[in-house]
Amino acid sequence: MTAAPQPEPTQRPARAPRQPRPGPVAPPMDLDALIADPETRIVVCCGAGGVGKTTTSAALALAAAEAGRTVVVLTIDPARRLAQSLGLVELDNEPRRVDIPGGAATGATGQLHAMMLDMKRTFDDIVAAHSTPERAQQILENPFYQALSSSFAGTQEYMAMEKLGQLRASEQWDLIVVDTPPSRSALDFLDAPNRMSRFLDGTMIRLLMAPSRAGFKFASAGFLLFSRIVSKILGGQLLRDISAFVAALDTMFGGFRERATATYELLRRPGTWFVVVATPEPDALREASYFVDRLSAEGMPLAGLVLNRTHPPATTALSATRADGAAEEVLEAGGPGAELAAAALRVHAERMQLAAREQHLADRFTSAHPEVAVRTVPAAAGDVHDLDGLRSMGEELTGPDGDTPTGTPRSRVLPARRR
Amino acid sequence: MRLHVVTGKGGTGKTTVAAALALALAADGRSVLLVETEGRQGIAQLFDTPPLPYEERRVAVTRGGGEVKALAIDAEEALLDYLDMFYNLRRAGRALRKMGAIDFATAIAPGLRDVLLTGKIKEAVTRRHDGRPVYDAVVVDAPPTGRITRFLGVTAEMSQLARSGPIKTQSDGVMAVLRSPQTAVHLVTLLEDMPVQETADAISELTKADLPVGSVIVNMATEPVLPADGLALAARGRLTGEDLAPALAAAHLHGGPELAGALAAEVTEHAQRWAGQDALRDEVEALSRPVVELPLMTGPMDLGSLFELAARLEEHLQTEVAA
Repeated sequence: MTAAPQPEPTQRPARAPRQPRPGPVAPPMDLDALIADPETRIVVCCGAGGVGKTTTSAALALAAAEAGRTVVVLTIDPARRLAQSLGLVELDNEPRRVDIPGGAATGATGQLHAMMLDMKRTFDDIVAAHSTPERAQQILENPFYQALSSSFAGTQEYMAMEKLGQLRASEQWDLIVVDTPPSRSALDFLDAPNRMSRFLDGTMIRLLMAPSRAGFKFASAGFLLFSRIVSKILGGQLLRDISAFVAALDTMFGGFRERATATYELLRRPGTWFVVVATPEPDALREASYFVDRLSAEGMPLAGLVLNRTHPPATTALSATRADGAAEEVLEAGGPGAELAAAALRVHAERMQLAAREQHLADRFTSAHPEVAVRTVPAAAGDVHDLDGLRSMGEELTGPDGDTPTGTPRSRVLPARRR
Repeated sequence: MRLHVVTGKGGTGKTTVAAALALALAADGRSVLLVETEGRQGIAQLFDTPPLPYEERRVAVTRGGGEVKALAIDAEEALLDYLDMFYNLRRAGRALRKMGAIDFATAIAPGLRDVLLTGKIKEAVTRRHDGRPVYDAVVVDAPPTGRITRFLGVTAEMSQLARSGPIKTQSDGVMAVLRSPQTAVHLVTLLEDMPVQETADAISELTKADLPVGSVIVNMATEPVLPADGLALAARGRLTGEDLAPALAAAHLHGGPELAGALAAEVTEHAQRWAGQDALRDEVEALSRPVVELPLMTGPMDLGSLFELAARLEEHLQTEVAA
């Protein structure tokens, strides 16, 4: 590459050296007070798939029970071992009391109940509750209903919402903690009920019913075209199944939309809080960002962001660069244990780099959402799969701020840069 | 092998692996199509290009004049395509879209969306020009393990639901390609409990559904920093600051027992995590599928790192072919 001719240097006034900018500092999140507050009735944990929503929900529920509340945690798809530790060995779609060992010893008066969502059963129950036994039987046996209730995209989200409404209406628990389905996008949980009720309640399905009601005379030309296309693509049989299903479902219309709207409203009522969960990775934090924006647009209350599986170092006294340098010095000095000590310094250097990357991502989130409280939860050495693991995660979530080994506040992975 | 379907639990990096696999397959002048099915525009982000339209676009060039094209399949567009192709109904389709009918149609028939996606994939695999296939290979960034069997088997489900009509014919054709020996479903996992468990579950589901399982790809694998004896000691929780302090002092490193203790704590966590991962290697081996490990890349994923991962996968593919 050839250099372009340089213009004559002109005199510019000297600029003051750049001051180090302070990193953005997120407000701390007090989950301890939130779950202990009797006004708090529903906590919804949401976030992208694989960030630890189920574990976070279960840990919060356990902590609340140990703080004396009567809690039910609605899990969607727990890991097998975690489910077993919560006593969820069978899918019966009803909450079961979890035996908390040592609960009595601490004098705790709270109770923990847990359940795993069975979406098909929840759907069947709605059908049964809203129609006569013969009608219900017709619907349950319809092949289209069977496919819809077990594989419609969004059924799981809709049923989770439905179950939440039922649990809340039963007034048996003073706190409900909800885990959300592992969907592609965290927003699906909020969108599915509306999509579902729009679908079951919508114009199209009414048009589909029209032939069975009043003949084709009210159907528009557009609908006739649509009907022709649907039967072309899907075959006449499916269209007949759908029509039969829709006719049988007639009595339930309105019911669906009402229920979905009621549950959605429940999420906006005082006493409901959302906890957004993310890991310190770009995708998970992007998803968390969308969710935070959406909640604020819908006027739904956000408790804050749980930044799960962070890697705070055990000491911040030695920077990554200095630790790498020290590793070389230790090797040069030699002697017994030099190799091990040098390796330990390199482990620390990697850890500092990782923590810096995680902090950078967290800072970017906080820059965009300065009002959102943050709580970091360090990655445990293994997966959480028993009550002890849940209890220590609960302590990380609800423990006092600023008592980490490095003295770093729990809203951060690394200490804040000084001004 | 022509059709490579890449799945994995959320967070295991299946999009990255699918992209690296496409690069590996495109080496030496071959032409590969990389397909996105979940509408997240993850491929565009990886290759640092603007969001992909519903159109095959070149995203990378490989050695020997090979190329990777990418396509983000959109169910609605695929349906319009379909209406156009079979019924010459594109304009009617557009009118229907305005009425919300397309949205309705993709929602009403469970799995219609998946049928349209798999149908498009089949079309790309079997597309020919001048008597030879247009693509040497097609790589699909597929839905996660929890949904993969339903996604790939949906056409079978669909052909049961729609007992006649063109969807039925279409479904049968798609299933024939998916179940043929030219297809392989690869599973991406991490050395963590849940992903390994889900991989095992997915393998048995896929096998039951007669779908061909390919390799298990262990992503983000790390190497231990410690020498073997130190690693074993630390993994048992026996390493203390006292084991490190003399060597640190000999190098005149300040910080005393506090620093040594903190380092020992970090080393213990490192060793225990590694031991946990190593134990899961046995579980991965027990799945008795070909296994390849991809290293954890530090820093943001860019084209350079993708090619690095691609080189590992290329090596693996060659040993698989040789075996």
